[in-house]
Amino acid sequence: MAQVTLVEAARLAALQEMRRDPTVWVLGEDVARGGLFGQYRGFLDEFGESRIVSTPISESMIMGGGLGAALVGTRPIIEMRIFDFVMCAMDELVNQVAKVRYMFGGQAKPAVVVRMPHGIWRNSAAQHSQTLESWFTHIPGVVVAVPATPADTAGLLVSAIRSDDPVLFFDPKNLFPVTGEVPEVIDPIPFGRARHARQGRDLTIVTWSALVPQVEEAGAMLAQRGIEADILDLRTLWPWDEEAVAASLGRTGRLLVAHEAVTVGGFGGEIVARMVERLGPGGMKAVARVGQPRVPVPFAPPLEDALKPDVAKVVAAAEALVRR
Amino acid sequence: MSTGPSLNGGDNRARLIALYGTMCRIRAFEETALAAHKAGEIPGPLHVSIGQEGVAAGVCTNLRRDDRITSNHRGHGHALAKGAGVSGMMEELFGRAGGHCRGKGGSMHIADFSVGMLGANGVVAGGIPIAVGAAQGLKLLGRDSIVACFFGDGAINRGPFLEGLNWAVLYRLPVLFVCEDNGVAAFTATASVTAGPGVVARSEALGVPCLSVDGNDAAAVDEAASRLVAEIRAGAGPRLLHATTYRITGHTSTDPAAWRDPAAVAAAKEAEPIGRLRARLLAEGVPPSFLAGIEGEARAEMSQAREAALSAPWPDPAIAWEDVQDSGAVEAH
Repeated sequence: MAQVTLVEAARLAALQEMRRDPTVWVLGEDVARGGLFGQYRGFLDEFGESRIVSTPISESMIMGGGLGAALVGTRPIIEMRIFDFVMCAMDELVNQVAKVRYMFGGQAKPAVVVRMPHGIWRNSAAQHSQTLESWFTHIPGVVVAVPATPADTAGLLVSAIRSDDPVLFFDPKNLFPVTGEVPEVIDPIPFGRARHARQGRDLTIVTWSALVPQVEEAGAMLAQRGIEADILDLRTLWPWDEEAVAASLGRTGRLLVAHEAVTVGGFGGEIVARMVERLGPGGMKAVARVGQPRVPVPFAPPLEDALKPDVAKVVAAAEALVRR
Repeated sequence: MSTGPSLNGGDNRARLIALYGTMCRIRAFEETALAAHKAGEIPGPLHVSIGQEGVAAGVCTNLRRDDRITSNHRGHGHALAKGAGVSGMMEELFGRAGGHCRGKGGSMHIADFSVGMLGANGVVAGGIPIAVGAAQGLKLLGRDSIVACFFGDGAINRGPFLEGLNWAVLYRLPVLFVCEDNGVAAFTATASVTAGPGVVARSEALGVPCLSVDGNDAAAVDEAASRLVAEIRAGAGPRLLHATTYRITGHTSTDPAAWRDPAAVAAAKEAEPIGRLRARLLAEGVPPSFLAGIEGEARAEMSQAREAALSAPWPDPAIAWEDVQDSGAVEAH
């Protein structure tokens, strides 16, 4: 086990898979220089410019070209640089990547990984800080991965590269410096299994991606105040670990969903709805959500702080929930 | 530079007759489909390419089975010319279980990967990035196949056209861009919404060499495509073929396109590619009965395909849940 940063864990996972499978390659802006975050550092020397392809700023081509290359039998890693730029490739992602397998009756194998570093990125403002993973859970045909730890990022990226499904991989860019242990040989982590981050009996907190470390910190603070939170890091939103959430809720009876995304239309709403469908309207004692208000992410530090979900907001929501 | 196959003598005659046969099959397929659509046998939108068959036939005769193509919403001719199975195509239009796409795509999403047909596309210019990426993938895998990318003149005003040509030049990819220029983008004259002199100037500005050809002259399309394909196979990078043609019918099967000048439509019918090649072959001494035989066979083939599709089974509703994804597939209920 090596202690590495999250971005290094992602680099090691892609490195391992590119060494294993010569059909895996990377395309995106500046990737041959190591990528914006160093997630492809050293790849050019090892794999050459045919497998680590720095591209023009042409998002339609980056996405659609990756798809075309998958249709002839390669396994592209499509690097979108920053999540927000995927908006320039929405036709290629939503109408093409997500649809070809189905529209063509199973003939197509769109085995691409789309890496999109997302989330609030300190003082980068509204076009570099969005957290829109919920949109993509609404699109049939894709897997939505939202890891939060170095080990999970590595293991889920290995699964993503080996998967025949298109996998939308939301790198948590604000957590890139976070460190953790990653094994020498990175095994795939299956999609749809939550990580049980903390055991508790008083309430269930479901979270993912950038908010996970803050929810874990909130869990420790709550414990000091005598509230034991059961914390689930979903790790993937489609498929998502409905069974784990239901089982936890069966023990606690109280559900708090905490995500960085805007609360309105966020995936927390789907989780709550599914639990109500499973358990009935009287099946829970209390439900709440923590997320951003429906406001763009602002630039100035005090403005950003005012809107951003954080430890204090999670603690306050949890305390209110257990009192209800 | 290779000059491509000889277009003189007996080989040339056989090649022209093959082109004629391909065009007749496309025409017969689409006329049959239009009749079936009118009769209520085919649901949904249907975009036919009647009058444009020369481009599909002339280009695809220069492709190998392991070459790939991408197409647009008006793609029946491209698929047929690339060798897609007729019964699978007709059943797909009818929404039947035996369609190439199991009834999930329909006319706008015809694909037959077994012959390298990577899909029609419901989005204008949607096939361009896919074609270019397919060429990049083939190059990475060390294959010597090429990709032909069919799109219309309307596509040159979309971003992926710029992105795709630029990209194909940068990585010197084996792509034949084929602009089927029928002068109309859905219901709007393309010239009225396009700045500058058009596709050739744009292509040349990006460093993609072009040939312009009368797309209603299938032999001329064949000859031009053969030159460009030879250059692409030799590793010269992308090329663009600009083929002018005319869409004799409306945008969709239900569009009478009544806004068009009747004189222009009449003139276009005079210049349509099947009649053109028929006249040439007759002038060269091919017996009318021989050509009538080709036409009759094509009509009979498509008529039988229609009959077969009409009595073919519908897909089991349970398969609506299949082919979505492996992880996170929802269960039928």
